[in-house]
Parts: sequence; structure tokens; C-alpha cells
Amino acid sequence: MRRTTIRVLGWLTVLALLLGLVWGFGVAPREVTQGNVQRIMYLHVPSAIVGEYVGFGVLFLASIAYLLTRSERADRLARASAEVAVVLLAITIVSGSIWGKPTWGTWWTWDARLTTVTILFVMGLAYLLLRGMIEDGERAARFGAVLGILAPLNVPLVHFSVYWWRTLHQPPSLLKPGPSMISGDAIKDALYINLAAFVLLYAYLVATRVRLLRREVEALA
Amino acid sequence: MSFGRRAYVVLWKDVLIECRSKEALNALVFFSLLLLFLFQFALGGDRDHLTAALPGLLWLGFILAGLLALGRSFLIERENDCWEGLLLAPGDKSAIYLGKLAGNLLLMFAVEALVLLLFVVFFNVDVAGVLPALVAVIGLGTVGLAALGTLFAGMTAHVRARELLFPVLVLPLQVPLLLGTVRATEAVLSREGLAAVGHWLALLGAADVIFLVAGFLTFEFILEG
Amino acid sequence: MVPLIRVAGLTKRYGVHFVLDGVNLDVHPGEALALLGANGAGKTTLLKIIATLVRPSAGVVAVAGHDCVREAERVRRDIGYVAHGSHLYEDLTAAENLRFWTELAGKPVGREAILSALAAIELEAVADDTVRTLSAGMQRRLSLARLLLVPPRVLLLDEPFASLDQRAGKWLEEHLLARKTRGAAIVMSTHSFGRELDVVDRVAILAEGRVAVAVRREGLTVDELQRLYAMHAEGRA
Repeated sequence: MRRTTIRVLGWLTVLALLLGLVWGFGVAPREVTQGNVQRIMYLHVPSAIVGEYVGFGVLFLASIAYLLTRSERADRLARASAEVAVVLLAITIVSGSIWGKPTWGTWWTWDARLTTVTILFVMGLAYLLLRGMIEDGERAARFGAVLGILAPLNVPLVHFSVYWWRTLHQPPSLLKPGPSMISGDAIKDALYINLAAFVLLYAYLVATRVRLLRREVEALA
Repeated sequence: MSFGRRAYVVLWKDVLIECRSKEALNALVFFSLLLLFLFQFALGGDRDHLTAALPGLLWLGFILAGLLALGRSFLIERENDCWEGLLLAPGDKSAIYLGKLAGNLLLMFAVEALVLLLFVVFFNVDVAGVLPALVAVIGLGTVGLAALGTLFAGMTAHVRARELLFPVLVLPLQVPLLLGTVRATEAVLSREGLAAVGHWLALLGAADVIFLVAGFLTFEFILEG
Repeated sequence: MVPLIRVAGLTKRYGVHFVLDGVNLDVHPGEALALLGANGAGKTTLLKIIATLVRPSAGVVAVAGHDCVREAERVRRDIGYVAHGSHLYEDLTAAENLRFWTELAGKPVGREAILSALAAIELEAVADDTVRTLSAGMQRRLSLARLLLVPPRVLLLDEPFASLDQRAGKWLEEHLLARKTRGAAIVMSTHSFGRELDVVDRVAILAEGRVAVAVRREGLTVDELQRLYAMHAEGRA
């Protein structure tokens, strides 16, 4: 991606994030039962969705592309996507935890969403660890691609298993759907705006990272 | 069919070498005994605690033994400098994966049988009438674990800190299988019956298929390493 | 005549370091080529690339018309590669090792064939002894025995005469000459001037990732070869 394009993307991202902030903390109404702490959902849900689906999805496709074509660009994309996904999932976990403290009284709970996201986060970390521990760049890319295919394939399995695990072990009253409970149009609007903002953020971060990786390689040549 | 024959010769080789050296089997038998003591000392104080935790402990035992057994899948190739030889032999490389997987499954089943026996004897697990169902669940869970483990063992064979990296790669992907097998084992041991956990069994089956197919398709890329 | 091995513009780099930098070579059927060069000159890497064990960074490498990268499995059917790694399982017997490798290559042979291959290198007495009990020289010979059972069209040998005693060396020399008359192409690396020179038709000296000089073997004395080597491989003389 060209430098100016990335810069434009960056500004769009900032704008979108600001808009999202305003909508989430200003325009959207205070949620009835949970109070202002519910607003953290505007951070938590988009980062989860983008991290899980977009991040891992791109990782999956780029990994397949790498194994088929051995294109270094595909590998850079896979790696950048994994890194950004890990960051977004970390945001999800932390924001979920912050939401949980006043709501449930604990910093951590084995809620289905939080658990799923944490497992994905760990898989992403495992991917980065694998790549970091292999010295040979080509081998790291190849092995990373294999894991980059397996980990996203695991995502639906994780979703189902964790959800079933929670619903069968926990009485329903404790298992409120949590921050994903949506009521009212204004809240939905704020959510969508922030979702779009996070998609832009993802795109900007990945584009920047890919560019950085390419410059690293070029600098050595 | 040449594919089957080649997979078989890999299995034959591994079994022969293991029979002669008995390295893995001895260590794993000893390890299983140790696990028993570990679980007893950690949880055995309260009889009820232990009984409630038994399905989980059983699978904990299987997974720990599995990490040890599977992690060394390609140890003999590395030690004997034969890795290149495997790559150079013409033909579909997934036959090698199948052979290794088969060997690993044999080893895992042997160890699991021992661990189960120890549990029955020392923790008073009642398996009367449910043994076939239990074996089915253990089979489903072990195939997935072995499929993943064999693949990642190939990956970590060349990495310096392989003993650290191997569990890090296997365990996160193992979580759905762990949840499923523990729940299904619980259902079997408490005489709820397999029908009650049909959806879990379907999940385990799906996971097994996914991991096996992924293993077959990607092993040649690992071998290249 | 179409070359059995064709290497054109071959480059291999690891990061910034160029191990091979534009290598061009052809080897025809019935021809044997010696790769001479100092350690680190790229001989082993070149052999490994032709053997499909390593991917080139750029350039074309083909065996019998098949590209080593895109048709690697096809190429593997035609090549035999013997290098420092023994490719022998210590806990298996000599016969079992040969059985394993031939079966894995999809070309199983019966016990009689294995025994006669072992007899050719005078190892039939230890056919049922585990490799661990064999001496290093015997293990080396056993590695070479694989070439007898599944004779490839192209032989790639990394310092094959090293650690072979007189008798084994003589055997290998005769075997390679016999293979040549059958139309095989041979590339072997070496950094000494021994028996291998009696087998090869051409000598290529590798230095700094390139073929510094390639000459016909006949008509050159060992001294002249050594001087060429000193001049090109060991720095400016």
C-alpha cells in the first residue's frame, strides 16, 4: 500500500474513532440497569468482532495463499494480521474485565465470550511465539502458515464448546448474555459506528505493519 | 496400494525401534504411576472432591502423558539424522504422517489403558457396563490429540526450545476436545448415557476430521523444514 | 544431447548472505562432475538444491527436464543423494534399514536382493546386526548400499570418498564407473584430490558462490588441478 494511502487511512481511522467515542459516550443513552459502565461495550464488542473474524479470517486466507504461492507478501499480511488481532483481543479481554468488576464483582469470570476470546488470544500468541522461535525466515513463514490455517479452523469449535460448557454448568440467571445485550436503536447506532471505526483501525495497523515488514527485508538486501 | 504400504512401513519401523529400546513405554508407564500419586496427594484428602473431579483428572492424565509421548514423535528421525531421508523418499508425504500417527495412536492407547486401569483400581471408578462407551469417547478424544500432536511434533522437531513450544501449540487447540471429552466421560461414568451428550460427540468427531485433514494436507510443508 | 542436470542462474541467499550467486552448470548422461571448493564455498548447498532439499532464491534447476521446485516429487524419483547424514536408524539392523528405505521409496525388494546388495559391499555378515554395532566405515558403506538397490539416474554425493577405506573406496569407484556406462549423471563434491578424480570427466571449482572455473579432467595432471584450485578457491594467488 502506498504511503499516502496509508496516511489517509490513518486520518480516517482517527476520525471514525473520535466519532465513535462521541456517539458512545455522548449521544447514546445511559443504559438502564448497568449504568455508564455499559459504555465500555462500544470498545469491547467491536474489538472482539474485528479481532476474531476479520483478524483471524485474514490470517487464515493469507496463510493458505502463502502455502500455495510462497508469496512473501501473503506471509507479511498473515503475520501483521495475527499481531493486530492479538492486540485487539487483548483490548477485548481487558475491557471485558473492566466491565466485569462493577457488574459481577470480580475481575474475571468464565463467561462464554470472555473465555472464547481468551483462547483465541492464546492461539494468536502461540502463533507469534512459533514465528519468533524459528530462526530461518522461510521455515518460520511456512510453519506459521500451517498454524495460521489450523487456529482459525479451531474457532468455531471453540465457540460451540465453550458456549455449551457454560450453559450447562451455570444456572441461567448468572449467565446474562453480558455486554452483548443490545436494546434500543441509539445504542445500536453507536455500536455500528464503533465497529466501522475498529475495522478501519485494523486496516490501518495491518497496512502499516506490512509496510514495516517489507522495509525491514528491503533494508537488508 | 503403495500409499498404505508406505504408511505401514513407517509404522513398522517405529514399532520395531520402540520394541527394541522400550524407551518411551517404560518412561510413560512410570509417568502414569506418578500421575496417580500426584492426583491422590493433591486432591485425595476429600473423597467427594476426588470423585467429582475424576473425569477431568482422567483427561488431564491423558493429556499430560500425551504431551510427553507425542512431543517425541520425530525424535528418532532427528537423532539418527534421517529427516532428510524422509523428505527425499519419493511419494506422497502424508503417508509418513499416517504411519507416524498410527504409531502414536498405538502408544497413546496403551498408556491410556494403563491410566484407566490405575484409576479403576486406586480411585474406585466403576466402569461396569459402560466400558464400550468409555472406550468410544477415549478413542474420539485421542484421535484429535494425536492428529494435532503428530503435526506439531514435526514442526517443533527443529526448534531449539521444543519442549516449551510443543505444549504451547497443542494445548490451545486442544481446548474444545478437552471440554467435550470430559463432559462425555462424565456422562458415561454417571450413567447418563451417550445420547445425552450427542452434540458433544458430534463436535469431537468434527474436530477429529478437521485436524486429520489439516494434518494430511499440511504435513509435506512441515517435512520440507 | 539434453543435459540430465541443468542449473542456470542459480542464486541462494540467506538474508543478506549470498551462498550461491549465479551458478551455471550442465551435466549430461554418462558424465561425472566433481565440485571442488573450500569449506563454505557452497558445494553442499548446491547439491542440496539439486536434490530438492533446499529451495533456490532465484534461477532454474532441473533434473531430467523436471523443475526441482515445481516438480520436486518427480525429481526425487530420479535422484540418489548421499551426504554426511547417514540416513540409518541405529536400532534397526542393516537389512531392516535397507528394507525401510526401499519400501518408503515405493520400490520394495525381497530379502535376497537386500542380501546380495549387502554382499556387494561385503556387509552380508552383519545383515542382521543393528547399525549401532557397526563401525563408522561400515555405516558409510551401508549408506551407499541404498544406491545399489534403487539405482537412480542422477547421483548426488557429498564427499563420498571421505572416511572410506581402500577397499570400500575401490568399490565405490567401480560402482560409479559402472553407473556412468549405464547413462547416469554424477555430481560429487570434494575438497581433496583423491580417487574421485579418477571417476570424473569434468571439474568445476566453486568460489564465492560462483563457478570460478570448469575444465575437462583428462589432460590435466593432479598438480595442475591443485594449482588451479589454489588460484581460484583459496583466494587470489
